[in-house]
Formats: sequence, structure tokens, C-alpha cells
Amino acid sequence: MIEIRIHGRGGQGNVVAAYLLATAAIDEGHHAQAFPSFGAERRGAPVAAFVRMDREPILRRCEVREPHFVIVQDPTLLKSPGVTAGLREGGRVLVNSTHSSEEISERLGLEAVALPAARLAREHLGRPVPNTALLAAFLALTGVLPVEALVKALAERFRGEVLTRNEALVQAAARAVPQRAWKEVTDAAGA
Amino acid sequence: MPQALEGSQAIARAVALCRPQVVAAYPITPQTHIVENISKLVADGKFHCELVSVESEFSAASVVLGAAAAGSRAYTASASQGILLMSEVLFNIAGLRVPLVLTCANRAVSAPLSIWNDHQDSMAVRDAGWIQLYCADNQEAVDTTIQAYRISERLELPVMVCVDGFTLTHTLEPIELPSQEQVDGFLPPYHFARALDPMRPLSMGELVTPAYFTEVRHMHHTALREALPEIAAADAEWAEVCGRHSGGLVQVVREGDSGIGILAIGSVVGTFADAADHLADLPAARLIRLRCFRPFPDAALREACRGLTDLVVVERALSPGAGGIIGTEVRAALRTMRDAPRVHNFAVGLGGRDVPLELYPRLIEAARAEEETGFAILDLEPEKLPEEGLSR
Repeated sequence: MIEIRIHGRGGQGNVVAAYLLATAAIDEGHHAQAFPSFGAERRGAPVAAFVRMDREPILRRCEVREPHFVIVQDPTLLKSPGVTAGLREGGRVLVNSTHSSEEISERLGLEAVALPAARLAREHLGRPVPNTALLAAFLALTGVLPVEALVKALAERFRGEVLTRNEALVQAAARAVPQRAWKEVTDAAGA
Repeated sequence: MPQALEGSQAIARAVALCRPQVVAAYPITPQTHIVENISKLVADGKFHCELVSVESEFSAASVVLGAAAAGSRAYTASASQGILLMSEVLFNIAGLRVPLVLTCANRAVSAPLSIWNDHQDSMAVRDAGWIQLYCADNQEAVDTTIQAYRISERLELPVMVCVDGFTLTHTLEPIELPSQEQVDGFLPPYHFARALDPMRPLSMGELVTPAYFTEVRHMHHTALREALPEIAAADAEWAEVCGRHSGGLVQVVREGDSGIGILAIGSVVGTFADAADHLADLPAARLIRLRCFRPFPDAALREACRGLTDLVVVERALSPGAGGIIGTEVRAALRTMRDAPRVHNFAVGLGGRDVPLELYPRLIEAARAEEETGFAILDLEPEKLPEEGLSR
């Protein structure tokens, strides 16, 4: 099973990101589960969402305390220690940031990849919502699902030009990161 | 082929498949998404019903009571303070023997104010005379909703389908939705023999003097006791349609030969099963799940507990000043067993406190303790308590 925690601020589509990722996995025939950190969500407040993916049915319903991967939608959250808390040995961090991956990795003392997700989203969608770009990058990095699975999941939510723009964003974000660089982590987790 | 659905969305779709003619509900966290999804299905023309906007849960319950009494299949949903505001009507619905299905998106009760999950709300209306079924996952929430209409309409008893707020309602997971044909075949059109009809006038809710009150209450109690086999049968018969069981009355989720049993209710059972499967160096305990809480399935429970030396009852609510609610009832039910196990009773996960896998070994440990635990809150964090004046 791989366990993922998504950190962001209310309004950045954290729960949507978790639901999209789990939907893509389920549609590809995997077992998956996604849920929010169950807060009274307010715009701008730090929030978290959780995703699990496995070959077997997922029984546990507790929060993800020891994630294999952490996805950070707002780089200002990196200052709060809770964001990378419990990250597993060899776990990886994907951050929406215009800084370089080396800079972020050094700052965190962890293996991280930075993606200017908000900037990519602004270019393609006209809105700086980082979630879709981060998910595309996550799939390209891990290889856990084909990037097209995300496009299919998006097609369940969007139509027409919005969908076309999202598709272009997914392709651009997926190309922007080293392909399958994190495959060993997902392989080790048996996903 | 399973679909990726949020629990609330799946429940709304299941409700629509049951074709209720009247839905009335007042939004409250964490039930809101159920009502929103039903509204959307109605607005999109995918579900045809009279959707009544009301100004409170008291009105929601009153509307569905009236609708069902007038011969319409009806549905409502609520949680927490909403269930409490409904409570007067809930007793009336049950006492009038009107068939209804209500989803309780289980949430703690204020004060202190909490929007998070425990079972205090449905436990507070334990004695309202409703059938109460607790779901372990969202697939069961779907299947149990469909079964609930069948049980309710056959027995003229209302059914509360209890679904953990957030933990289930806000979790997206793979769900198999049955076809409309499957549901239609299982659930014949609603016919209420005592329906209010101006052409055949009758009275409901009359004053009952001491001459008959006792007999009416006895009939209600008897009807609930006799519901036990019907609840088990509805699960078995739905399984014949769709191939899925939802746990009957009492479900043995994992077998174990250590003499230790763990009994739990609701979605935390999945976490315990996962812990039993994956944590190392644990004696194999029998994991028992109480699906049906009202009527109380005492005989099935005794059967499930046969051969145990210790049973740990885990619950998500508290009767302040007494302790556990389910634990007390389990103790009473097991008393007549020849070799009744010791019963250790714990509350966990109050007001949404996360129940991690690591809690499971502590339950096993409690079962092996020299002393029987009457009642304790297992995940209490004593360091957070004030040093003096603990009770104030």
C-alpha cells in the first residue's frame, strides 16, 4: 500500500486533488481511498487530505501518519513541521514552488522535487490552482498510474475547453519532472 | 465495475434507487453532502421526488412522518444536534409504527461543540424504538440503505442507518451500485395499510389511557424483538441479489484461537481488521462486529462469543456517570452464558479522535490484564488534564 498526504490551504483544491488521484486509481482497477482531514475548512487555513492506493482492498480508516509521499500545494507551509512529520524512510516530497528541487531538498533535508505548479496552472487555466499540475507530476515521478488516468478522472469533472486546458496542463506538468525518478519508492511499497 | 464515489454521494444514489416519493432534510455537518447530492439528482432530473425544504430537523422529521403516514415512501438524514432536535418526532414515528429510513451521519453531540465523528447522537436516541444498523464501510451504507426500506416496510418499524460522519461520509472509495432492476426486484412499491386517506378516515396518534398504554408498548417491544430474524434475512436475501453481505446482526470479522475477543461497532472495525492482519506478534483475537444495535441481538452475540475467555468491547460513545453503553448491554446479554467471558469496556475515538492501528495491541493487552476493566477511555491523554480539580 502507498500512503500519500496532501498539504495545502483551504481553497487550493486539496480534497479535490485527493479525490482525483483515488478516482484515477480506482478507474484503473486499483483499490484506493481518499479523505480530508475533516476540519471545518476555511479559505486560507492549513488543511490536509489523505490518499491510499493498494492492490488489495483497503481496510484501515485512520489518518495517514507515515506517508510514503507528501505533496505540498503551498510552499509557505514548509515552515510548519507537521507537513513532513512521519515521512517514511526514503519517502519523497513534491512541492509547488518556483525554487529548484535542490534548494527545497536542502532546506527540508529530504529528497524533494519542486514544480512551479501554480505558475503552470496560471499559464494554462488562468488560475493559480496547483493541484492538477502536482498530481500529473506525481504520476510521472512515481509511475504508479499512467498520466492518462488523471486525464480520464478530470473528464468526469470537466467538459469542453476547461477539460482541454486541463489536459494540456497535465502533459506540461508531467514533462517538467524526471520520469519515474521515484519508482523505487512505489515498488518498495508494493503498489 | 466499482465506481469511485464519496460516501455521501453513494448514499444519495442508493436512496434514489429506492425511489422515495418524499425527501425532507435540513443540512448539518457531516450529513450535508448527502442532501446536496440528492438535491442535485433531483435538479438534474435523475431522481423524481417531492424534495421539501424545511427550516429545522424537527420539521424534516415531521414532514417525512406525515408523508409516510399518508402512504409515500420517505427519506431523511441528519446528525448530532439535528438528531436531538428530531428526537421528539423520532419517538412518535416509531410509536406510530410508521415505516421510514433515516441516515444518521454519526457525529459527537455538543457541548463541547464538535463536528467530528463518534456515536453519541444515535446512542442518545437508542430508546426511541427505531431499528439501528451500523455500517462498516460505504458499500455497506449503500446496501444497508436498500435493505432498510425492505425491513422498515415489512415490519412497520423505522430504520436508522448509522454511518460514521466524515470517516465514511467524506471518504471516496470503490463502490458497486446495484442496478435499478435489482433494487426494484428487491423492494416492491410501498404500500402502507394504515395510510391516511380522506376516503377511509382513521386516526393516528390518539391519547392512550393507562388501560391500553402498556399493551401498545409491549407490542412495540415485541415487534422489535421479532425484527431480529427479518434483519438477518434482508441481508441474506440482498446478498442473493448482488452477492454482497453487510454483516447480518453480528459478524465475526476475524477468527482467533487465543480466547480473546474484540467487539466493535461502525467503521473502526476495518482499522482493527487491518491491525489484526498486519501487526506482528499479536495473539489471534476473534474480531466481532455489532451491526445491529437495536433490536439488541443478544442470542447472536452469545453465539459469536462462545469459547472466549475475555471480550473487549470498544465503543464510540459515553454515558457520563455510568461509562459504556454497548459494554453494559453486552455484559447483560452474556450473563446467561455457562462460561461467560470477562468483559472489558473501553470508549475510543470520541469527538473524532483518530483511532490508529496502534490502538489494537492495547485492546489485546487489556484482555490479558489480571483485572477486568469495568470501563475506561482508552485513548485519554492524561497529560492534557489540569493538575488540580480534575472534575471541574
